Amino acid sequence: MILNAVLPWVMGLFVAALALAAWRLFKGPGLPDRILALDTLYINALALLVLVGMQQDSKLYFEVALLIGLLGFIGTVVLSKFVLRGDIVE
Amino acid sequence: MNDLPVIAELLIAALLIIGALFSLVGSWGLARLSDFYLRLHGPSKATTLGVGCVLAGSALYFGLTGTASLHEALIAVFLFLTAPVSAHLLIKAALWLQPGRRPEPPPGGRRAPPP
Repeated sequence: MILNAVLPWVMGLFVAALALAAWRLFKGPGLPDRILALDTLYINALALLVLVGMQQDSKLYFEVALLIGLLGFIGTVVLSKFVLRGDIVE
Repeated sequence: MNDLPVIAELLIAALLIIGALFSLVGSWGLARLSDFYLRLHGPSKATTLGVGCVLAGSALYFGLTGTASLHEALIAVFLFLTAPVSAHLLIKAALWLQPGRRPEPPPGGRRAPPP
């Protein structure tokens, strides 16, 4: 009962967090700001997927969340290395 | 959704709300603060704690409804390990783009290697 009432509000808060990160992604003055905004976006999307899994009572979303976590971390590392070295594979 | 005791539902709901508020504060800091080195604090600390709270609530929910697993713990450990690494790489990239922002080494200490 309580969870059914609370879950939409929690998801709305996460969507607001996603919107703020997307605003920084579009506005951000520098390249590191945009990489940081992408990092925040994938972490918040992962939490939102976990919440959707709770709402639908399905464990299918954990694999998706784990995959998003892995690929998002690899993306952040690759973009930072590209800024640092000008190349990804040295 | 399955039926849970009221205490358990209250605990899970509190964890979810605290996690969402921390995550929102992290993103608000990312959008609001003035400098990149200040903006890095929000997502690397507050958002990680918020997502950790949400994962703890999810683990409690699925553990109490009978289908406990290690997925949430796996995601949480992975996030808590990778957040400092990505923050360090982002700081290095920002210092590479603005070399004037590199602070002076402490007196008497070992000099930092040139980038």
